[in-house]
Amino acid sequence: MATNILMPALSPTMEQGKLAKWLKKEGDRVKSGDVIAEIETDKATMEVEAVDEGVLGKILIEAGAENVLVNTPIAVLIGEGESAGDVQVAAPASAPPPAAASAAPIAAPAIMPAMASAEHEPAMDAASDDGRPWSWDKAQPWAWMAAGAETSDITMREALRDAMAEEMRRDELVFVMGEEVAEYQGAYKITQGLLQEFGERRVIDTPITEHGFAGLGAGAAMAGLKPVIEFMTFNFAMQAIDQIINSSAKTLYMSGGQVKNPIVFRGPNGAAARVAAQHSQDFTPWYSNVPGLKVVAPSNAADAKGLLKAAIRDPNPVVFLENEILYGVSGPVPKNDDFVEPIGKARLHRAGKDVTLIAWSIGMTYASKAAAELEKLGIDAEILDLRTIRPMDTGAILSSVRKTGRCVVIEEGWQQSGVGAEVVSRIVEHAFDFLDAPVLRVSGKDVPMPYAANLEKLALPTIAEIVQAVRAITYR
Amino acid sequence: MAVAAKKASQASTNAKSADSPRIGHKSVGSWTHQQDMAAYREMLLIRRFEERAGQLYGMGLIGGFCHLYIGQEAVVTGTRMMLKPGDQVITGYRDHGHMLACGMDPKGVMAELTGRSGGYSRGKGGSMHMFSIEKGFFGGHGIVGAQISLGTGLAFANKYRGNDNLCVASCGDGAANQGQVYESFNMAELWKLPIIYVIENNRYAMGTAVSRASAQKDFSRRGISFDIPGEQVDGMDVRAVKDAVERAAQWCRGGNGPIILEMQTYRYRGHSMSDPAKYRSKDEVQKMRDEHDPIEMVKTRLLANKVANEDDLKKIDAEVRAVVTEAAEFAQTSPEPDPSELWTDVYA
Ligand SMILES: Cc1ncc(C[n+]2csc(CCOP(=O)(O)OP(=O)(O)O)c2C)c(N)n1
Ligand SMILES: [Mg+2]
Repeated sequence: MATNILMPALSPTMEQGKLAKWLKKEGDRVKSGDVIAEIETDKATMEVEAVDEGVLGKILIEAGAENVLVNTPIAVLIGEGESAGDVQVAAPASAPPPAAASAAPIAAPAIMPAMASAEHEPAMDAASDDGRPWSWDKAQPWAWMAAGAETSDITMREALRDAMAEEMRRDELVFVMGEEVAEYQGAYKITQGLLQEFGERRVIDTPITEHGFAGLGAGAAMAGLKPVIEFMTFNFAMQAIDQIINSSAKTLYMSGGQVKNPIVFRGPNGAAARVAAQHSQDFTPWYSNVPGLKVVAPSNAADAKGLLKAAIRDPNPVVFLENEILYGVSGPVPKNDDFVEPIGKARLHRAGKDVTLIAWSIGMTYASKAAAELEKLGIDAEILDLRTIRPMDTGAILSSVRKTGRCVVIEEGWQQSGVGAEVVSRIVEHAFDFLDAPVLRVSGKDVPMPYAANLEKLALPTIAEIVQAVRAITYR
Repeated sequence: MAVAAKKASQASTNAKSADSPRIGHKSVGSWTHQQDMAAYREMLLIRRFEERAGQLYGMGLIGGFCHLYIGQEAVVTGTRMMLKPGDQVITGYRDHGHMLACGMDPKGVMAELTGRSGGYSRGKGGSMHMFSIEKGFFGGHGIVGAQISLGTGLAFANKYRGNDNLCVASCGDGAANQGQVYESFNMAELWKLPIIYVIENNRYAMGTAVSRASAQKDFSRRGISFDIPGEQVDGMDVRAVKDAVERAAQWCRGGNGPIILEMQTYRYRGHSMSDPAKYRSKDEVQKMRDEHDPIEMVKTRLLANKVANEDDLKKIDAEVRAVVTEAAEFAQTSPEPDPSELWTDVYA
């Protein structure tokens, strides 16, 4: 059977080239691997090898021809006993262009639908004006509150510990690994008591080898275990970020859905007190950027517990960003062992009509204090706690902003390419007509964290800055 | 000259369990009374400085992390004796002793601890991040293990420039498990870079004893697969440290590439200031203090050899105290950095 030999591409971006030379002539017998021709572009030369066996029946493009489009038939290979005259050849001029990215038409708007997670069916939300899904879980935040569940006040530290302990009791595949998590009971005492209850098989102290144990965790997750990898702080996860992104986040996709990575990477993130530049950075935007990861940043004990439990049960890699300064803060948490909070749902923390304050993690502390200050000025602020950064609850953001028409996003980390930038983009893209003023961001200053007490204060956002931003956009 | 630095495969015949105090080579080489006097003063300065830093921390004048070097003074003191101007020193966050040994001004170091404008980083770096190019001190790094790759780069620069400077890059026993340490070892040997890797084995990384984190507990052997020689050294004996570094420096300056020195030492205090230290017994600490204190050993020798009498030593103590007091005063009176400093030094 006759087959066309096509003009090959030297690189993914090559569109055309010169057929420099034929090394075989019509009638020659070729077998796979034989070099039959040479082609060149302005950058390189390449030999064309035969893939199939047969006889070079007909040369369609003569040696020396310039600007031969990639994928143009350049010769015909025929079987033993066939004659070149039998061959029907497509006209070279009509050869299709190379399958370069530029050739593909721009498909659907590249916004939300692509972010649906495997487990949570995207739910329609009233706020979605064009039928696109905004929300990621039908479960409502803090449903237990509405249902009047029995609660107890515990610290975020205890909430995180209880979440891990309960999930470890529930599922034998869950284990905890990290530096000082076992005998020392956690550098910040988040794993207090776990070694005692679950033993050293499931609560494992590692050497100081973040890249190694993050990769080990991702590998164990590939094999179906459910690791909870603690980073002493997320500053040290920078040693391991390659495994988190290249191995954990992308594996499901790269394997065509075959290999899951049910793993949680958790630990304190962001500025602690007086520990200077290398120990005080907010990495939320880094992980927020990566498809395949879920990114959670709780602000209170109930969310810490409910979302960590959800993260451990989630079949995807979840980056769970805690905050050292919040560890000691108490709040009501339902007593029920089976309580989980939905990942991907923001929570309306305070209803208001004049302006929306959007925050997450420690940013909520700023937001609450600012709202109290604003109240004194007669400004009624609504506060939305994002809780999950990816997938981001755009529906909740939009419904609030459409109501108030004004918004300030609070972020302790740096402003450029931050989470706030993403929130603002979504508002501008989908609620522009509802805005009465520009959306502002109050963020950490654009400098590494200084050590000196006075400079450190200046580097962080302040309540005064938030109040000032709100006054600016409410014209009060 | 006998090639003092042996290939690692031949060295380290004295590996014992990491949990028993392991004291390495007893070789002290040539050592003079003057060197004893100098070492005494230097080590005392570090100890008194660190004790004062601990006090200031307790008073709330120093914040964040503050990792004291008490107990390990002989390592930097003996090392520094064999370095020459132009050599570079780089270490982690337990860096105050290194800086003082490099000849950095105690006032500038203490003022950095309190976050004042008179500090080496003008208050912006704090305990873990100070530098003095003039004194050949390249930090002061908070990310465990990073300084080993950075130090390898400093050594690379020496080779590139064709000078005969070397770099001493120090890290802890815990840091020695980081992957980048071995990536650096490979390059250093491959390119014969002039670097002494000092592994300060103080037997714990935070709360983790060496035996719980390290498959190979003899750190001098950590370079074997790269063909890097190594030695275990009694890091509590300033003479042994000096002797090992002298030989190692010769090896490096002779164009033979890197060498590893495991300094067997001990930290008396907690990892940082807030460390309950439940992972070891009080007796263990006390035994080290009683039997291996680097300063007491020198003091005993000075008195026994009649190089100095009690009065001479008291005088030195008083002088050292005065230096430290002056540093502490400076650190409290030096003003906080000007608010405009927030925005400087982000870009060159
Ligand atoms: C990459 C990284 N991981 C973890 C930490 C937290 N940490 C700081 S010091 C330390 C222990 C290091 O022990 P070792 O290397 O033995 O040095 P030592 O403190 O004993 O001098 C740890 C885990 C860090 N700073 N950087
Ligand atoms: Mg150590």
